[in-house]
Amino acid sequence: MNSVSEECNELKNSYDKCFNEWFSLKFLKGEKSDKMCAELFEKYQQCVKNAMKNQNISIEDVEQFQLGSEQEKKAPPKK
Amino acid sequence: MRILKRVLEGRVAQSFWCRYPNPFSTHVLSEDTVFRQVDSKGQLRSLRLLTKTNLPPKWGEHVVSNRTVKIIEESVVDPKTKTMTTYTRNIGYTKVMSITEKVVYRQSLESSNQTVAERTAWIDSQAENGFHHVLNMMFPGHLAPAVVHTQKHSVLSEQKEKLRESAKRATEMAKAKARPVVAACQPEVE
Repeated sequence: MNSVSEECNELKNSYDKCFNEWFSLKFLKGEKSDKMCAELFEKYQQCVKNAMKNQNISIEDVEQFQLGSEQEKKAPPKK
Repeated sequence: MRILKRVLEGRVAQSFWCRYPNPFSTHVLSEDTVFRQVDSKGQLRSLRLLTKTNLPPKWGEHVVSNRTVKIIEESVVDPKTKTMTTYTRNIGYTKVMSITEKVVYRQSLESSNQTVAERTAWIDSQAENGFHHVLNMMFPGHLAPAVVHTQKHSVLSEQKEKLRESAKRATEMAKAKARPVVAACQPEVE
């Protein structure tokens, strides 16, 4: 799958590969530390955040955490 | 809507990260993780930005100028409770239509090797307000909600067998077409 910018594709693919391995072999087996892919993630993030700025995608608008907050939509009560 | 899936919780979560591209989602153009962290409770919180094509019908082409829409997907994976919650919404176009979907995946109480997905969607269409205003002017007494909530929580137990067969056929078809992608993501093979 492509990144929002072609320039970040390689960094994204490297990070995704690391993450998939960490997720199935470490995280799901109880490991909480996410240091295994931290360096790759940092490089990938720098690229993506730059690409978002260049494409006028507001990082503030994107990084809004609604799940678990007051802003999260609530299901109507069951009848 | 609850859908019983013949997949272990770990495999559902693993497959979730790799679900694009797939033959059924050719409209997804890009996918990026913009935040990810294991929080103090040991839960994995992620936030992803997706861009999708936004092809309006012919009659709407002169109204909608931008051909892509941005989607924010938040997720929380809790390995202790074996649940995964996703919360997906569009940004941009929210003044026209805002669609939010929350899905909670958890282990089925009926069978430990099955996953249940409970899906709730909210569709807010501001464009409807103007229409209902005019309707009310023309036909006083017409009542319409400004916000429409659509929610399906029905249990499909009487259609289980049909759903299983359909899901099995869809999975086989997807696997046959997406074999190289599945191999690249390295999820466990059933």
